[in-house]
Amino acid sequence: MSSHPSPAIEASGLVKTFGDTRAVDGVDLSVPRGAVYGVLGPNGAGKTTTIRMLATLLRPDGGSARVLGHDVVAEADTVRELVSLTGQLASVDEELTGRENLILLGRLLGFRRARAKARATELLAAFALDEAAGRLVKHYSGGMRRRLDLAASIVVTPRLMFLDEPTTGLDPRSRNQVWDIVRALVGQGTTVLLCTQYLDEADQLADRIAVIDRGRVIAEGTPGQLKASVGQGAFHVRLLDPADRPGAERVLAAELDAPVQPEADPAALSVAVDDAERAAQAVSALARAGIEVANFSLGQPSLDEVFLALTGHPAEDGDRAEQEKEVPA
Amino acid sequence: MSTTADPLHAALASGERPPRPGRFSACLTFGWRGMLKIKHVPEQLLDVTITPVLFLLMFTYLFGGALAGSTSEYLQFLLPGILVQSVLFTSVYSGVTLNTDMTKGVVDRFRSLPIWKPAPLVGAVLGDSVRYALAATVVVLLGLVLGFRPEGGLSGTVAAMALVIVFACGLAWVFTTVGLTLRSPSAVMNSGFMALFPLIFLSNVFVDPDTLPRALEVFVNGNPISHLVTATRGLMAGEADAGEIVFVLAVAAALTAVFAPLTVRLYRRAG
Repeated sequence: MSSHPSPAIEASGLVKTFGDTRAVDGVDLSVPRGAVYGVLGPNGAGKTTTIRMLATLLRPDGGSARVLGHDVVAEADTVRELVSLTGQLASVDEELTGRENLILLGRLLGFRRARAKARATELLAAFALDEAAGRLVKHYSGGMRRRLDLAASIVVTPRLMFLDEPTTGLDPRSRNQVWDIVRALVGQGTTVLLCTQYLDEADQLADRIAVIDRGRVIAEGTPGQLKASVGQGAFHVRLLDPADRPGAERVLAAELDAPVQPEADPAALSVAVDDAERAAQAVSALARAGIEVANFSLGQPSLDEVFLALTGHPAEDGDRAEQEKEVPA
Repeated sequence: MSTTADPLHAALASGERPPRPGRFSACLTFGWRGMLKIKHVPEQLLDVTITPVLFLLMFTYLFGGALAGSTSEYLQFLLPGILVQSVLFTSVYSGVTLNTDMTKGVVDRFRSLPIWKPAPLVGAVLGDSVRYALAATVVVLLGLVLGFRPEGGLSGTVAAMALVIVFACGLAWVFTTVGLTLRSPSAVMNSGFMALFPLIFLSNVFVDPDTLPRALEVFVNGNPISHLVTATRGLMAGEADAGEIVFVLAVAAALTAVFAPLTVRLYRRAG
């Protein structure tokens, strides 16, 4: 072992084509060990295909990648010993019970029968699945299925874990549970590569983020750097009555002398301003005009805004040319 | 918050990796998975058990008198053939199950494990052989009830069942290849049955090939299924034909040698 361990993932020029579509078109990544690295992009951007190449499930058509120092093609079996994968479709067997799933994996990883059973019991308790242990997974809720999926990924603690959209389709409570599990995993020293289309998820969990669009990395850095690269922060206002929005738009434009953006929420607007004093004056101007404000905030740009600035199109609006498997939300 | 941090951290800390499992052990684990699925949904065995019963009753009582003069004589001739037919039809399900499996996320996990590459497939075929054994047992038991008397006794009958099951495992690799090539489970089922039906009917399962037109007789006598039926009849009648048995085993080995590696390759490449 050298004194400088290799990065968790080093990919250069990864390419994968499906027919005429270049799903991944020259992706470079350098993921440091021991942190959460976010890969952010809309549906069809090439995230899943990239993760599948790194997890040895797909063979790259071009470029190369090393995971924990091992080539994903030439040393695929060694890579498989060090990583585990939680795919976009929950990677558990729906026709077995939760307990059987974990025993099955324990056996496949080399545990003897008694040890596999004990490990299953331990994990079911740790993931609050002990009551559902004997039920078939097809009757599990989305959150339970995802927890079982994560438990299955740590039957043997992996050095690197691939998480592909782990919270797609989950309610907020289940999502928070998954986030807690991810944080605990990282606290234990595992590196996590997290693919997500949720900007707040990347913002919450990731230490560094690569933004992928149309098969390429278009930006890379810490969440703070990405936000700073877009420029100033924004002043967000949410009105009590959406019908007031046109009026509020005029008042804010006049007061702040900056373009006002209506947001997706019909009662909300934002203005590219980061001066607290001027923002406060604008709120008073709205009050004088008789427009009631539900809340307002001033802050760094959200990753939504970062994405829009980087790609020229909003995150939800990605093209879906690539045949990524979609999970109903 | 139901996941408390302490058991979670403890569980994370105690996941030390054991040495890799042996090939055989990994295959058996996948075979166990197949058993568990049968345990949870036993209804799936209805196909396997009812179809042979229908065929046996229908052919014995509908055609027996016309084809062989009496139903009891025809049963002696027909039963080994129905045994072959029932078990071979069951082997199509190996392809259907695999096709269904591939649409599930769990295959990704299996493929990302450091195990012997063919293990998920060999294990599945091992597990399916239990279905074959069940289909074979149903046919033989019903035959005994209807009056079938194997001269070869218990050992001859068991040997005949074993031979048919071994051949079905070889043939199953053809259907697993088809299962990984076609898009839907029903397409796999249809193409499997469409291939098997003519091969089974144009064999010596139902009639003696001597009565057939010359060209058809040549085809029927060359059909490997005819050889399997002849070998099975021989074992059950206590007149085992070593040449036929060796031929049948050789065909099973050849099918496995060609289609098992092909299945493994398609499985690794999928997705």
